[in-house]
Amino acid sequence: MKIGEATRDRVLSVASPVALFVLWEIASRAHWIDPRFFPAPSSIAGTFGQMIANGTLLSNTLTTLERLAIGIVVGGVPGLLLGLAMGLYRPVYALVDPLISATYPVPKSAILPLILLVFGLGEPSKIAMVAIGMFYPVVINTAAGVRQIDRIYFDVGRNFGARGWPVFHTIAFPGALPVIMTGVKLGAGLGLILIAIAEMVGAQSGLGFLIWNAWQILQVNVMYVGLITIAVIGFVLTVLLNELERLLIPSRTRR
Amino acid sequence: MPAAAKIRFENVEKRFALRDGEHVALGGISFEVGAGEFFVIVGPSGCGKTTLLRIAAGLDQPTSGRVAIAHGEGERPENAMIFQGESIFPWMTVRENASYGLRMRGAARAHIDEVVGHYLDRTGLRRFADAYPYQLSGGMKQRVSIARAFACDPEVLLMDEPFSALDEQNRTLLQEELLRIWDETKKTVVFITHSVDEAVTLGDRIMIMSADGLPKAYVDVPFPRPRSVLDLRATPEYGRLFHDIWAQLRTEIHEVA
Repeated sequence: MKIGEATRDRVLSVASPVALFVLWEIASRAHWIDPRFFPAPSSIAGTFGQMIANGTLLSNTLTTLERLAIGIVVGGVPGLLLGLAMGLYRPVYALVDPLISATYPVPKSAILPLILLVFGLGEPSKIAMVAIGMFYPVVINTAAGVRQIDRIYFDVGRNFGARGWPVFHTIAFPGALPVIMTGVKLGAGLGLILIAIAEMVGAQSGLGFLIWNAWQILQVNVMYVGLITIAVIGFVLTVLLNELERLLIPSRTRR
Repeated sequence: MPAAAKIRFENVEKRFALRDGEHVALGGISFEVGAGEFFVIVGPSGCGKTTLLRIAAGLDQPTSGRVAIAHGEGERPENAMIFQGESIFPWMTVRENASYGLRMRGAARAHIDEVVGHYLDRTGLRRFADAYPYQLSGGMKQRVSIARAFACDPEVLLMDEPFSALDEQNRTLLQEELLRIWDETKKTVVFITHSVDEAVTLGDRIMIMSADGLPKAYVDVPFPRPRSVLDLRATPEYGRLFHDIWAQLRTEIHEVA
């Protein structure tokens, strides 16, 4: 039977992960690989089922998602507003840009101890980590996005009576939106990385805690469940943000 | 020239500081444009005509002198500009672009719909009302720009070489459409071009600008309105006027080059 190239590609891209799981299952059961570190996928699936049934997976996932969501807003909104101001007003740019350039290269994970010191072990430190991860890409991309808008559009705005806030929301924001969205995607991804790290060090809940705790008590199955869940969150986040981008930028969807 | 002056340029001067001295873009220009007059400024590239228009639009400040626009009845903006090249917002639909001026002035929704609908019809854009600029040709984009400027019903319309980026056929079509819409409104227009053809076709009166940013001559265009672009260009008077203006302009172009 002849099949089309598209169908063939789709089959192949499903086949490779399935084959990996099958191989993993066989290798683990046959003790070719150490089942203590690489438990068979079927046993991980079993643990998955138990953790869903007893509610631990859901509660930890929700905790992480809540921190992630709050942190994205807490870091993203100021990043957006400051970025717009920097892009529109040269003095603001001159004032703020050196601070951002100087602090941006510090690995965000390296300031976790400082964040713990300042915000304590509670929720604020987790949210702060996500917010920091979100803030930088958003502020940098927003400022750059506004600055690359052709000057003529600001002339048009002035000529047709746009002053103050309307300049922000009819020219600067929509004009910079494609670049801003790139920053948002970067920031959200970075936020996910940072929330996992933050929860490993100073938390009693969340997926990062789940993974770290599983290592400490050597419940490797639980660790895999946590890893897979975080991967799914990352994937869903990417899909959602791409969809959001498509909705927000109808003029750029077919370029 | 009609008795009532609509827009008056009073000794408008613009100098730019350069590293080695100063560049005089406009050397102190004074003239008046009457209410309802279609006034065309033609001059060589770099003679400062765009600067003059930007000053009239309030986008640039003159070094000295001023531009005064007389207000008629009702609340309306002083001017609206049709820009050279692409100036409609890529992130807005045709309708959103055309209604921009009215929206910025906080006009009532029903009024916006009515006026913008009218100009979308007049410019043949109704079918494209919900399209985005990337879906439009260059001529269509300039029609949006025309609709946007007319829709906000300004005291004076300023046009900065609006058709210079278009091909010959589209340019002629848009000139015709512009004349048709203008005939209905009789707005005061200050139109800038480097094309003598365009100046003679559209204008009531033409100012020839010299290379050093000063008025060199004024020419009255006697053709009756409404004008048909093609018929007009077939007349001997058109050819004579074209020749006269071109002869005056030629010396200026040599000076710049």
